[in-house]
Amino acid sequence: MSIFVNKDTKLVVQGITGRDGSFHTQQMMDYGTAVVAGVTPGKGGQLFEDKVPIFNTVREAVAETGANTSVIYVPAAFATDAIMEAVDAGCKTVVCISEGVPVNDMAVTYAYVKEKGARLIGPNCPGILSPGQSKVGILPAQITAEGKVGVVSRSGTLTYEVVDQLTRNGLGQSTCIGIGGDPIVGTDFLDCLTAFESDPDTEAVVLIGEIGGDDEEKAAEYIQKKMSKPVVAFIAGRTAPPGKRMGHAGAIVSGGKGTAESKVAAFEAAGVKVADKPSDLVPLLAESYPPAKAALAR
Amino acid sequence: MKVHEYQAKDIFVEHGLPVPKGKVATSVEEAESIAKEIGGAVMVKAQVHVGGRGKAGGVKYAKDAAQAKEYAAAILGMNIKGLTVQKVLITEAVDIDEEYYVGLLMDRASKRPMFIVSAAGGVDIEEVAATAPEKIHTLVVDPRYGAQAYQVRDLAFRVSSDPAVIKGMTKALLTLYRVYKDSDASLVEINPFVKSKDGAVWAVDAKLNIDDSALYRQKRIAAMRDLAEEDRSEVEAKEAGLSFVKLEGNVGCLVNGAGLAMATMDLVKFFGGQPANFLDIGGSSNPEKVVTAMKIILRDENVKAILFNIFGGITRCDDVAAGLLRAVEIMDVPVPIVVRLTGTNEKKAREMLQGSKLHPAETMDEAVQLALQLAGEGK
Repeated sequence: MSIFVNKDTKLVVQGITGRDGSFHTQQMMDYGTAVVAGVTPGKGGQLFEDKVPIFNTVREAVAETGANTSVIYVPAAFATDAIMEAVDAGCKTVVCISEGVPVNDMAVTYAYVKEKGARLIGPNCPGILSPGQSKVGILPAQITAEGKVGVVSRSGTLTYEVVDQLTRNGLGQSTCIGIGGDPIVGTDFLDCLTAFESDPDTEAVVLIGEIGGDDEEKAAEYIQKKMSKPVVAFIAGRTAPPGKRMGHAGAIVSGGKGTAESKVAAFEAAGVKVADKPSDLVPLLAESYPPAKAALAR
Repeated sequence: MKVHEYQAKDIFVEHGLPVPKGKVATSVEEAESIAKEIGGAVMVKAQVHVGGRGKAGGVKYAKDAAQAKEYAAAILGMNIKGLTVQKVLITEAVDIDEEYYVGLLMDRASKRPMFIVSAAGGVDIEEVAATAPEKIHTLVVDPRYGAQAYQVRDLAFRVSSDPAVIKGMTKALLTLYRVYKDSDASLVEINPFVKSKDGAVWAVDAKLNIDDSALYRQKRIAAMRDLAEEDRSEVEAKEAGLSFVKLEGNVGCLVNGAGLAMATMDLVKFFGGQPANFLDIGGSSNPEKVVTAMKIILRDENVKAILFNIFGGITRCDDVAAGLLRAVEIMDVPVPIVVRLTGTNEKKAREMLQGSKLHPAETMDEAVQLALQLAGEGK
């Protein structure tokens, strides 16, 4: 089936008339995503590309179109408001692409989203794509293919790099998800692994982590205790100096915590193979996942 | 963003935290006159954005203004971990009876602000956490409601039984929460928070880190940024919309995306070299941005080769190639450049690079090995 987005996803785009919002809405529509509505306050009543109705509020958009998922392309200063608006309007899944959201605002918003029982993906993420079903966000569709490998990552282009290698080797994906590079994100590795484990269409998982926080360590613990499907991992930032933020707001080693070494050690202790370099991921997957072995032999 | 101790203390005072009298000085004369004004014993404290000032000799107790002048002369201009001391804080010396640690930071695990309090103050809190974790007490706050008095009082009772400390610390912790929230902090710390011999409590030190993402609405704090404390190239990169961190190696890296940029650096190391930098150029193929990025990288004389690693997802590789070709026309690059473009229209991009002075490569592994070879390194 895939996780979090699928054929039943009915999408409302918040910030549909903006530069990024309009460009990516077109890309999502070209892919076949059911974009049912857009929201830009003050532009209600207009149509996007003569097809998609634009509303002033998410509440109206949901009431009129039955949208169940939202994607957010608004500037960072307005992102937490947009997330809460979507959740309040009844969207069960909210994907926030915006980068640079103040972390203390996110702490409040995260608590709100959890209380309402909605799923937030991001912020500062490339979104989620279930090949052949739905693309929500900015992931480039042409590098993906339908298949059985789940991909979860804190990065953008590094995710594309890995997805591209899977596809080139004949290994399609069930869902590719970028959870975002901020210190607080709505969906973590643990949530994604739990979903992949119970998804009948996912047979193996590739996890791409990076320095900062302890999300990878928690994922390792879950894999060891609960996961039956093969998982391989890569951790970026082995050469990152401590105390320096490496692009992503969350990618920082502070007080000796969040190092690549600690994450690699946690995965290895949990029996998860960790690739030394991205190009080793597919060969590593082949060791525990026969279809990957067969794909490499072709 | 970091602010200096004296700036953090100004913010503390505005919120009503008890801070010993003090002022910042940039010259020896100024330091002496501030010490005279305060009267009696003072502390002379180097204002630099690094930890371990005391150990480096940047914090001194002066019994009078004459000695304060002497110490200020020694500390101003001192080099502490690569930073030159430009300012000293002259502050009233508190007669310390007990030292505590109090801090408030964003806890990534709970995704909420968390207080950290310890009776072991005045020492590195990470060391306490490692050697005596039982001395550390924490409190996670629901950010929707903020810190409540009963919560922080409970915390104070865990580290002291002295009524003056409990009362003073309870009030200080509530105030600290307001400082944290009002200034969009990611960390605020008082180490040590002290009880003086006359029974009062004082924030003797102050550390305040601000969330960079919130600086757009913290104009006053943003203006406190001390550029002299930051790497010139990193400042320039930020202004150009690039994310840059200088490292010690000789292979310059120019990559789109932070994760891929880190993975590229790691790969340089894997193949036996050392990356010269982290640089995320973002989603743009704008030649001017590429030129700025290359200028920043080439300022480092250690750089013997530049490695471009671009994944064209939404951005098309042929656009990026065109940008690169224009960039090397505009500027003269004295070192070899290896270019690895993959993703949308990658074949066309590689064809465009044929015959140019750029060295194309297909995979990340190939590109890194080629760059190392051209830099005269690697295995």
